[in-house]
Parts: sequence; structure tokens; C-alpha cells
Amino acid sequence: MTVETGTVPDTFPKLLLHHAHERPGRPAIREKAFGIWQAWTWGEMRGEVERLAAGLSQAGLARGAHIAVIGANRPRLYWTLTAAQCLGAIPVPFYEDAIAQEMVYVFQDAEIAYAIVEDQEQADKLLEILPQCPKLEHIWFDDPRGLRHYAQPELASYESLTAAGEAFARAHPGFLAAEVARIAPGDPAIMMYTSGTTGHPKGVVLSHENLVASSRAYAELEGLRDDEEVLAYLPMAWIGQNLFSYAQWMAVGFRINCIESGETVLTDMREIGPTYYFAPPRVLEALLTQVTIRMEDAAAPKRFLFRYFMDLARRVGAKLLDGRPVGAADRALYALGNLLVYAPLRNALGMSRVRVAYTAGEAIGPDLFVFYRSLGINLKQLYGSTETSVMVCVQPNGAVKPDTVGPPMKGVEVRVLESGEILLRSPGLFREYYKNDEATREAKDADGWFHTGDAGFFDEAGHLKIIDRAKDVGKLSDGTLFAPKYLENKLKFFPHVKEAVAFGDGRPRASAMINIDMQAVGDWAERRGIPYSGYADLAAKRPVIDLVRGCVEKVNADLAQDPKLAGSQIHRFVILHKELDADDGELTRTRKVRRRFIAEKYAGIVEALDGTADRCVVEAQVRFEDGRTGSIRAELPVVEAKTFAPAAARAAA
Amino acid sequence: MNLRELEAGQVERRPGDAILALDGISLAFGGVKALSDVSFDVREHEIRAIIGPNGAGKSSLLNVINGVYRPQQGRITFRGEVRAAMEPHRAAAMGIARTFQSLALFKGMSVLDNILAGRNLMMKCNLLLQALRVGPALREEIEHRRRVEDIIDFLEIQHVRKSVVGRLPYGLQKRVDLGRALAAEPRVLLLDEPMAGMNIEEKQDMSRFILDVNDEFGTTIVLIEHDMGVVMDLSDRVVVLDYGKKIADGTPDEVRASQAVIDAYLGVKH
Repeated sequence: MTVETGTVPDTFPKLLLHHAHERPGRPAIREKAFGIWQAWTWGEMRGEVERLAAGLSQAGLARGAHIAVIGANRPRLYWTLTAAQCLGAIPVPFYEDAIAQEMVYVFQDAEIAYAIVEDQEQADKLLEILPQCPKLEHIWFDDPRGLRHYAQPELASYESLTAAGEAFARAHPGFLAAEVARIAPGDPAIMMYTSGTTGHPKGVVLSHENLVASSRAYAELEGLRDDEEVLAYLPMAWIGQNLFSYAQWMAVGFRINCIESGETVLTDMREIGPTYYFAPPRVLEALLTQVTIRMEDAAAPKRFLFRYFMDLARRVGAKLLDGRPVGAADRALYALGNLLVYAPLRNALGMSRVRVAYTAGEAIGPDLFVFYRSLGINLKQLYGSTETSVMVCVQPNGAVKPDTVGPPMKGVEVRVLESGEILLRSPGLFREYYKNDEATREAKDADGWFHTGDAGFFDEAGHLKIIDRAKDVGKLSDGTLFAPKYLENKLKFFPHVKEAVAFGDGRPRASAMINIDMQAVGDWAERRGIPYSGYADLAAKRPVIDLVRGCVEKVNADLAQDPKLAGSQIHRFVILHKELDADDGELTRTRKVRRRFIAEKYAGIVEALDGTADRCVVEAQVRFEDGRTGSIRAELPVVEAKTFAPAAARAAA
Repeated sequence: MNLRELEAGQVERRPGDAILALDGISLAFGGVKALSDVSFDVREHEIRAIIGPNGAGKSSLLNVINGVYRPQQGRITFRGEVRAAMEPHRAAAMGIARTFQSLALFKGMSVLDNILAGRNLMMKCNLLLQALRVGPALREEIEHRRRVEDIIDFLEIQHVRKSVVGRLPYGLQKRVDLGRALAAEPRVLLLDEPMAGMNIEEKQDMSRFILDVNDEFGTTIVLIEHDMGVVMDLSDRVVVLDYGKKIADGTPDEVRASQAVIDAYLGVKH
């Protein structure tokens, strides 16, 4: 960081003025428009923000008021964040693909009177909910296309807003500086609504202090400099995007690059060559799928090279990245592979210049994670949430353990309760849930500990391992920790396993019901010439059962390496005769298993899993697609899986 | 939200004078009468649809307008100039562009180059200067590229900018074809079944683009289309042809109510 202590800017508006003063001629933000990367320098951005802030102020946006920001990554929407913050108002970003009715609650809850939207699509949504949100008075749009003939009095163009602002700012030259001076670091900087699996979403209020502290912690950890290139392509309403593309951008003074459209991400990424990259697992997965598909279409020698060197990379790539010892021959081969495969592939992915890449948001499959690391891309997992300004744990450079999220960051205190729940205190911790003291008190206790609701523990190296939601974690009857989702995720990372439901809370041993993946196992069976008629038939084939047993045993071997979880290895499992289905109430609409419901519905199977019989009879109601119900009766084999003694694990794995 | 509904109430639609008028057009191929005594006009800034059953003479009529066919009788008035027949190069130079039912794109060229090709009449520098990319030629090329990028942005095809056209899905090729026609900055745009072979979503997108072209650039649009829903939603006025004769002409509602049209489409008892 180039700022000397004593004068360190501690709010976003001050940071803007600071960068405009320190590096006025350096590009701050770029956007690809009309086929060209258009850039605005920090100096120009200061001017844009000043005009916009003056315009908003003229329109009546006051301290503490909320302003909605809705759209894709556009420079003007980023300026809106800063302009609102300059006035002490609080921006509330929305997901651009949210449907109108989903927005109503937030508009009412936050009493939003002002909105800046990207285009006609977003404007239409707000006009639709206008009758339900009487407080909403002003909607400014960035892109006028299609809006020319709208006559609603609430609507006005972004240009009209800045034009008014420019006149005012010219007449009052000290306006911006005076406003900025009034902002304290503890003031709310942004409000983000958490999706909320139960009930209404909650507005998480984050202060300048929270976000700046988190940003600086990351900057220090990774040595971020003001010449980093970052691609802005994820939804602005997601805390990850906000922290990595807004808060850190402002704190460090690097450059963000707004993509041309959602479909051009890969091209834009190759053109920019980001040095610092952030992607949720699904994005990484989609990239890998694209690579795999294109490799399958490639000529035979290329396919051979790719396979050969990817095998090598899987063996030694991650070790090299971590600086662990690797034999000279493998080193030489890896260097050759780098020349022939890895470097061109990194280039195709737009990751040639990536120094640090993060992934977070959901569990990432070990194969996927290792794929990127073995290519020499320093991909790391982190743990955090909206409430913590994403400041909890990060995997350290050179010591990445794929199944942990690393040690706590500097300034973060983490405590694990007896129940397994993770508690933490950090400077990034949110102020409160908006207008919801009860929820705030529930989440943040009197001593300032935040109850994450996640369960986990520290391993011997002091790295935090997240295993499940705290409320789902149970204990086997001998007291061993049992985390069903952790086991289920481990099983689901195998392509042959589609769904898994683990049982064990209050039982002597852990067991599981498994759904095979019809597509993957079907292909597998076809290649081996195993005939089958349908799902139930395929699931009952001996080779398929052996295949799944292999998966379960690999999970067990893996669990055995972990002293805390070794006791919860899966002793017995059943491959279900039908796929779990939301229509039968077994899954939620977002495809999460409803464990309790399944345990009741298939009580017979659960009993058999705990017993010693090698078969069980099941009769279950199913709902057909036309709405009729019927029942399926089947006799399922209950399979024993090999378990490993904690000490013997390493040899077996 | 239906853009049209909103406009009808609140917007003055500058209907304008007739920019194009056909007067007593008759066209025959040997003994086959493709068009007999067809007259109608197109006003500036309007969307004018030509509909009719198969073989009614719709495409022939478009071909008469842009000069591919010479009618045996009748007159065409375009922007005040009266003539017996249009010439294709004349039509292009005077601001008539068209898209084709069976796409007419350069399959092996990129989207960008295809649209750029649509501006060829506006390229003033000679071949040598263009090849050397010096002085005025370079400036001109930059200007042309800027216009093409506007169109790419307008039609939302940034992601395929550099893709080879032949590899794109059909719906996107149709959009590129429209882009190529727009590149000529036409006064009148002739669209020959712009939505043929598209799925519902592609049709909706294309309808939006047609409305937006009309709205943003004020381009007069003459279109042939089979999808009645689309025609009735998009157009200001509709001409109905049957066996080469005009059987109705008016607003969508008038045409829908016309007995002659109902008979032509549903058949009539003899």
C-alpha cells in the first residue's frame, strides 16, 4: 500500500479522492463497449462521481437513505456506489436476474425511494412493482434504448441526472470535499440482502470500516498492488463481487474491467489477462467442461499429449506449486508439459497472468480444484459470508490443503463450540441486520461473537475445516462427530453418484442411501457391454454396486485420515431403486435432500442399514408425471463397505 | 410490457408522407401472372406488412421494389422519383436495403466482415488506398468499423463478433443478415420472412429488433411474414395479396375483419 500511516483514507469516498490525487492519470475502470476497451482514469472517475453525487443530492438523496443499484457490471453503476457513499446514503445492489416480485420485499423493507438501473429490462420491473412500492420516486436509467417513449414521471436518464449535477458542482466547487469529510468509517457503506433459506431476506449492513479492513487484510496477505487487473463479471449484489471488485479496488487502487456482455466473458478475460481472479466453483466447472469437450474433438496426437501431461500434472503440479520436493525427471517433464500443454491452456483460459485466484461460495470438488492448481494456477479457497465481509479464512500460499479453508486471517478470532459451530470476531463483522434487532442479537452475542451457523473444526495444522451447517451436525451413539452433508458432498463429487443421504445421528454407525447418476453410470455400463432396461435395473447390477462400493470405500479411506471424522465412515449403504425427486417431496425445489422426510419414508431401509441383513424390502409411493400415484415394491441389497482404521488409512489410500 | 401499446397512447408517431408508392404494377413470367394491377404505398417511418397465402406474389412484389424484377406495367415512385421500374443498384444507392428469406451471407467470413460488407456502397476510397491503409482510407475504415460496432451492439451479437457466420445457429445468422442490411443505413428496409424457421424465443427477439430499428433509426420497414400474430403486433398497416391481386389494405384490425381475407385464408364454398 502506498499510503503512509496517519493519513490512511478509511472510507470509500476518501479513498476515491486519495487515488484521484495520487494516480490521477492511471486507468481506474475499463469497460468493453463497441468492441473497444474504454478506460476512465482515477481523475476522470472523480469527476464522474462528483457530478453524479451532486445530481443525486439535488434530487434529494440524503444521509442514511437507500438507493437501489440494479444491473450488470457497468462503470456507471460502480460510480453510483461511490456517489451514494459520498453523500452518506447507502447503496443496495440487486441481482439483475431477480424477477420483479422478488424485489418488492427489499424495496418495502429498505424504504427505497431512488434507483439507478441499467436498462429497459430493469426499468420495466420497477415500473411493474411501483404500485406496491409507493416510496419509490426516482428511477434513472443508464441505457436509453427502448425507453425513449416511456412517459412515467418517475423515469429519467442518467445523463439528465449528471447534467443537473454538473451545473450544481460548478456553482459549488467545494461540495464534494465537504460531503466526504462528513463520512465516518463506522457509517454504513452498503447494504446487501442475504438470500435467506427461511423467511424473508435480511439486509446486512456493512460499514466502510468493515469492508476496508477486510480489503486491506487481503491486500496484505497477497501483496496486492495498484497494477493488478481484475475482471468484473459476477453479480454486483453478491458480496464476493463487491469485496473483490469494489472494496479491494478502492482500497488498493488497482483496475477493474467490466465485461462486454455475459456471453463474452472468456474472450474479455483473454484480452485483459487478469492478475487477480475470483470465481465460484460453477464458473470453474463450466470452463473445465468447455476444455474437456474441445479436447475430445481434437486430433488424436493432441488428445494423447493432453492426457499424458494432465496425468503428470495431477501427480506433481500441485506439489510444485506448493514448493514441495519433486524428482528431477518429473520436474523436467513438467517443464516440457508447461511448454506444450499447460501454458497454452492457461492462455486459452485467460489465466496466463493470474497470480492469485480465489474460489468460494460453495464446496468445490477436489478434482476440479486440483485441475487448476496442477496447471500452475494459484487457485485458493476461502471462507467467509456477507456478514463477515468475506474475512475469515484463506488457504495460505504454499500450504494449500484442498479439504480445508486455511487458517484464520490476521485480525480474525475463531472459536469452535462443543456443538461444532464456528464463532468468530473480526473487524469485518457487520454492524447489524437492517431493522431486525432480534436477528442481529441472535447472530451476534453480547461479546461480539458472530454465530456463523456452520460447523467445523481445526485440523492439526490449524487450518479450519468446514463440514456442514451446525444444525445438521449430529453424533453417533458413541459420541463421534457425524456431519451428514460432508459425507454426502464427498460422495457426490464422484461423477457416478448423483445424490446421497447419510444417516448416523444417534445411531451406532454411519450409513448411506445412494442414487447413481443415470447418465454417467449408463455410459459406463454401455462401454462395458452391460445391458440394462432402466434406472432400477441398472442400479441393481452387481458391477454397478461394486462401482459404487469403490466410491464409498474411497470416501472411507479419506475420512480415516482425519482423526475427528474417522469414526463416521460409512459401514453399509443401499443404492435406491428410484431417483430422489422433488415431486415426491424427497428433494427441495433447489435439489437439496430432505433428510428427515427421507428417513421417515424409507424407515425400513434405515432399519436394515443399521441391522445385519443383506437385503431389505421397500415399498414406496411414487408420483408419476401425470399426477397419478402408484407404488413400487423392490428388494434391495444392503452392501457392506470396507472401513479403515485411522492408522492404516494412508497405506490403503 | 408491450412497447406498442405504450406508444399508441403517448407518442406522436410521425406518420410522414408516402416515401414509396406502387401504381398498377403487373408482372408476368410468360403466361404466369405473378402480380396484376397492384397499387399501394408505404409511408415514411411506418412498418408495412405484406401477407398472403403461398404463391400470392409477396416475394415478387419485394423484388419489384428493389429492382430485381421489371414489371410489365405500372409505375414506382420512390422519394419523389417516378419510374417504370427500379434498378437494383439504383435502389441500393437510394436507400433500399433488404434481407433474404434464404440468407445471403458470406458463410466463410466473420460476422464483423459480413456487416462491414453491407457498407460497401459507402466506401469512397479507392482500392489502392484501402489496401495500403493510409490517410483517408484508414480514417474511413475506422468510421465504418465504428458504425458496424454500433450495429453489433444494437443487435446484441458481441459474443460472435469474430465467429465465422457459417458456424452460427440459424437464428443468429438471421440477425447478422439484418445487421448487414442495416449497415447500409437504409431509408427503407425490406425484410423477406425475417422470422421463418425460428422458435418462439427467437421470434420475440427478432420482433424486438424490428421495432427498435423502426424506433431508434426511424427506418421505414416493409416486411413479409407468415406468422399472423407477429404481423398483427408489429405492423402499422397491412397489404393482403392473393393470386397476385391485392385483396385488402389497411390497419391490422381492418384487415382481420375483411371478408375477402377470411375467404382467402380459410377457403370459400363454391
